[in-house]
Amino acid sequence: MPMPKITITIPIMAEVHARGEKPEYLFWVGCAGAYDDRYKKVTRAFAKILTHMGVSFAILGTEETCTGDPARRAGNEMLFQMQALQNIATFEKYGIKKILTICPHCFNTFKNEYPDLGGNYEVIHYVQFLDQAIRENKLRVPKSVLQQTRITYHDPCYLGRANNIYKEPRFVLEQVTDHLVEMDRNRSFSLCCGAGGAQMFKEAEKGNKEVFIERTEEALSTNAEVIATACPFCMTMLTDGIKYKNKEQEVKNYDIAELIAQALNL
Amino acid sequence: MTKQIAFIITLLVTLGVFSYTAWRIYGFFRLTKRAFPVKDWGKRIELVLKVAFGQSRIFRMPLLGFFHALVFWGFCVILFGSIEMVIDGVSGSERSLQSLGILYKIIIASGDIFALLVAVSILVFLFRRIFLHVRRFEGIEMKKISHIDAKIALTLILLLMVSLMGMNASYVQMKNLTGEPMAGVFPVSHYFAPLLAGMEIQKLHTWHEIFWWSHILLIFLFANILPYSKHFHVFMSVPNVLLARLDPLGKLPNMDQVTREVKLMLNPDTAFAALDSQAPPERFGVKDCEDVTWKNYLDALSCTECGRCTSVCPANITGKRLSPRKIMMDLRARMKEKGPGMLKHGKQYDDGKSLVRSYITEEELWACTTCNACARECPILINHPTLIVDMRRYLVMEEGSAPGELKAMFSYLENNGAPWQYSPEDRLLWTKDLELNVPEMVQ
Repeated sequence: MPMPKITITIPIMAEVHARGEKPEYLFWVGCAGAYDDRYKKVTRAFAKILTHMGVSFAILGTEETCTGDPARRAGNEMLFQMQALQNIATFEKYGIKKILTICPHCFNTFKNEYPDLGGNYEVIHYVQFLDQAIRENKLRVPKSVLQQTRITYHDPCYLGRANNIYKEPRFVLEQVTDHLVEMDRNRSFSLCCGAGGAQMFKEAEKGNKEVFIERTEEALSTNAEVIATACPFCMTMLTDGIKYKNKEQEVKNYDIAELIAQALNL
Repeated sequence: MTKQIAFIITLLVTLGVFSYTAWRIYGFFRLTKRAFPVKDWGKRIELVLKVAFGQSRIFRMPLLGFFHALVFWGFCVILFGSIEMVIDGVSGSERSLQSLGILYKIIIASGDIFALLVAVSILVFLFRRIFLHVRRFEGIEMKKISHIDAKIALTLILLLMVSLMGMNASYVQMKNLTGEPMAGVFPVSHYFAPLLAGMEIQKLHTWHEIFWWSHILLIFLFANILPYSKHFHVFMSVPNVLLARLDPLGKLPNMDQVTREVKLMLNPDTAFAALDSQAPPERFGVKDCEDVTWKNYLDALSCTECGRCTSVCPANITGKRLSPRKIMMDLRARMKEKGPGMLKHGKQYDDGKSLVRSYITEEELWACTTCNACARECPILINHPTLIVDMRRYLVMEEGSAPGELKAMFSYLENNGAPWQYSPEDRLLWTKDLELNVPEMVQ
């Protein structure tokens, strides 16, 4: 029997604010989260988790605009700072104190780079949020069909090396599977997917291999059925890698948020 | 007395040459720009203890790391003996620090053991360099001279250890013959000394003098060669760790001069006002060696070309031209080339070349993913990505030069606030028809 469903509406900051309410968190969707068809599913998964948990949050919707990260890393500091100051003004308008992000690049930019421009917030990446919620028993993840699934986790550079977040994603994944396996290069040794530093938006320079293929091969060598990520760019690269290797049938690429939503049967 | 005078003259020459070198390098530093303010000394000292003395990063490659750690710790202990030799040489005394008692015995004993351990490690390193094919030691930046440089330094260290062991062994054997008490304890030389049995006391004495002089002269020579070789590392690595950037690897330094301009632009009252004319226009980003910060230059001087950075670089692994090690080597070489001219003719000095393009190509700069694997791997906390981005800043903001796709990305960002060409209205599309399963107990 199909489970009954309810339609959920995502609260928008301007509307919530107009009603005089103040949500606890700003859920920062990010450009990939809003526009990339594959990553929209991740956004939806995390929004479902937030709703399921009864978290007080809102999104900026059409008022959201890029953090400026790709411009900064591509050397366009002017453009980065214009974006940043614009965002800081928006945050100020709504009195935002806590920001939840799904994209590690947005996370890093808010957390480490906005303070230089006067924007100081408590910035939380969703894997940290889930880790804490599970530890504090605010979120219970039941054992599900995924329990027997062999999962390997690819560390996004901007969570891992950039911000030393290695334990949280693994702890969260251990809730859904008993078979978390590591690639040879993991944690601080992890190999980039190839998309950071604005590489996502351009062709790679001449070489003898694509970075995402090198990384996908490493992930495939673990014989995992699922390659888990927590970054939209990593997801694009690894999904392409799996396709390139003709492994789409055997191996799937999921974001941690999707796996949790699946385990919760949301 | 003759020995004392000879020693003092040698010492003065050494110090003289060294001061000249130090003064010259200080001049190069003065050409560089400000970096971050150096504070948080507690954290810095902790870093030195962990990363320098604890060799924490070196151990990320456990086996070879172990040999390097032996060499490093050996140097620290043996340095004490070298200081004593200088005091002895100047004052004409013998083993002048023995009054330190038990501490002296411990240090001298460790030095004696480490001399052997360092020598063995150096032999391992030399063997590796000469007979094994190590990918890390190759690459476009590794010219013949880099390999010669490495082998000279290793050979010098080996000779230093051999002379030290010879000195200790002949000392022990002399004392064995005369029955006089020994200053210090020599657990290793104790076993080597009998090899010298059969020598008369006079001959032993001569050999001891020969070893003593070779050891101290090698130290003096080594100290003056180092600043001109990649092994300047020996002097600069600990200061480089002490003065490291403490920010998270993900953070890029803010360009305050841009912040001032952007704030003026965004403020309606000042948007059309002329920019502050008092401040001389400063170049955006890094084009040449005078645009780097003192920390970038210190990084370049401390680099010993081990190539750990390059061996983990995703671009380099997949055959791209970028090599983080080369960035450091290029900066150092460029300063060596242009620095003297700038010191002589002023900072405007132009030799028609620049760090970007003459040394580092755009192709290299655009291949970086800013993944920070290089910076995470560097055993002495060199930061390559910030310098790479600074050079991109020069290309983009001064020359408007960037790969076409990136220029397109910039214009999407400017026009519609996203790195892709989508309308801001579409940001809400993902929220449509969002349904949540309702577990029975909630119903």
